[in-house]
Amino acid sequence: MLDTANQVCVVIGASHAGVNFAFNLRKEGWQGEVILFDSDPNIPYHRPPLSKSYIIDGDLNSNLLKPLESYKKDNITLKLGVKVSSINRNIRTISIENKGTQKYDKLVIATGARPFIPPISGIDSAANLFPMRTANDAIEIKKAIDSSEKKRVIIIGGGYIGLETAASLKKTGASVTVLEREERILARVTAPVMSDYFMELHQQNDVQILTNNNVSFIKTENGLNTVFCDDETSFEADIVIVGVGIRVNTELADTVGLEIEQGIKVNEFSQTNDENIYAIGDCTFHYNPHYKRYLRLESVQNAVDQSKVAAASICDKDLIYDTIPWFWSDQYDVKLQMVGLSNGYNDVIVRKEETENTSFSVWYFKDDALLAVDAINNGKAFVLGTRFIKGKQKINKTKLVDVSIPMKPTTFL
Amino acid sequence: MAKITFITADNESITVEGTSGSVMELAVNNNIKGIDGDCGGVCSCATCHVHVESEFVAKTGQAEELENDMLEFDDLTNEYSRLSCQLQVSEDLDGVVFKVAK
Repeated sequence: MLDTANQVCVVIGASHAGVNFAFNLRKEGWQGEVILFDSDPNIPYHRPPLSKSYIIDGDLNSNLLKPLESYKKDNITLKLGVKVSSINRNIRTISIENKGTQKYDKLVIATGARPFIPPISGIDSAANLFPMRTANDAIEIKKAIDSSEKKRVIIIGGGYIGLETAASLKKTGASVTVLEREERILARVTAPVMSDYFMELHQQNDVQILTNNNVSFIKTENGLNTVFCDDETSFEADIVIVGVGIRVNTELADTVGLEIEQGIKVNEFSQTNDENIYAIGDCTFHYNPHYKRYLRLESVQNAVDQSKVAAASICDKDLIYDTIPWFWSDQYDVKLQMVGLSNGYNDVIVRKEETENTSFSVWYFKDDALLAVDAINNGKAFVLGTRFIKGKQKINKTKLVDVSIPMKPTTFL
Repeated sequence: MAKITFITADNESITVEGTSGSVMELAVNNNIKGIDGDCGGVCSCATCHVHVESEFVAKTGQAEELENDMLEFDDLTNEYSRLSCQLQVSEDLDGVVFKVAK
């Protein structure tokens, strides 16, 4: 057994990745100190519900990754509301803003990402304009909605964050319009059939989605925003939410010579080019053995899996990162589950089940190889898709599309 | 208040008390091995799979469609399988024993 009793493991970022890592490290037998730092003052929480249920029920306590007692029980120290300003690799310390330094033997960077605020003229002086990334963002949005009389919301960006927020805000009685620059929503991540489906779903729920609508500037007078698009249409907005993507928080790593390429580059153990420094979660650029390429993922799955791999490696156990990415999204009463990565697909099969409620799945292929599955209200397709992708199963597409053939592990062979 | 017992894959038996939230949350809050609850309890990840001890099946009731779909093709699924995020802690569950599937 590795002697770690006098060692210190420091984690920058008490995120899904960072917190899971800390508890995994204890499970793997780490005896020494474990200290988690985060600039967010809130007890670490689940991020996905922020744009989904949280904005409606607003209860952060039912949303915690772990209750405070669990940290105490596992002797994990939380230092919240403090900002780590630099890393010193030579003497293995980190500097904390206004609070001196902290020594580490192993350092884990879980700094995640921050919302990208596009350089739109007037965006800095807009009233009630928010990104959607932290609990505080969700709290502020909720406050602004509650205190607004007309509750007119413009959401810039028709990705998952924008669409989930639109669906949630609709439930609070807001009037919601989504402005998407591309010709379809979710253009970067799904096939057109999925974009069409979600477009219709939002329209049915009285959320307006306008594509090919690039915001050119925002004018704000007396707390009221007017959002102008390239085609000179304009929209009055009491609240503006920006969901156009993220920027990875690589600065701490970059300034001390850790390898950066789209994110912090890590090996199969989630280790950087410094053997004492690991990186996990949204901030990493990592190798996926199944898809045989390096990638960056914004997902709970990646956070969880890299937290396991890094904890195992630090405790000298043999575990490498080898998983199929999966994601989910909840909008209105629709559950979308996704597995795999569809990039590079050249064939799409849509299978619509003959059920009373909408249930279908979209299967992405590159020639005969199944790359990814999007499942709408269809857990079976999600689970089977995962199994098929993992097993590199060859699928009979003619059978797959035939809904008279039930969905079973062997029926599409 | 309900006393709920989890039996892990290593045959460790842990009894904990809960008043609200899901059985998955109760397990996660008490660091029960094998229950991860990665998706936070929205029936999306199936990392909170338990087997209800047979005598308590009446107390836990029946799974809904999505939950069944998530479980159907899991190698560890049997007739007592549930996703614990879909079970709410209440006095009705007092005394129930769950075996962690993983």
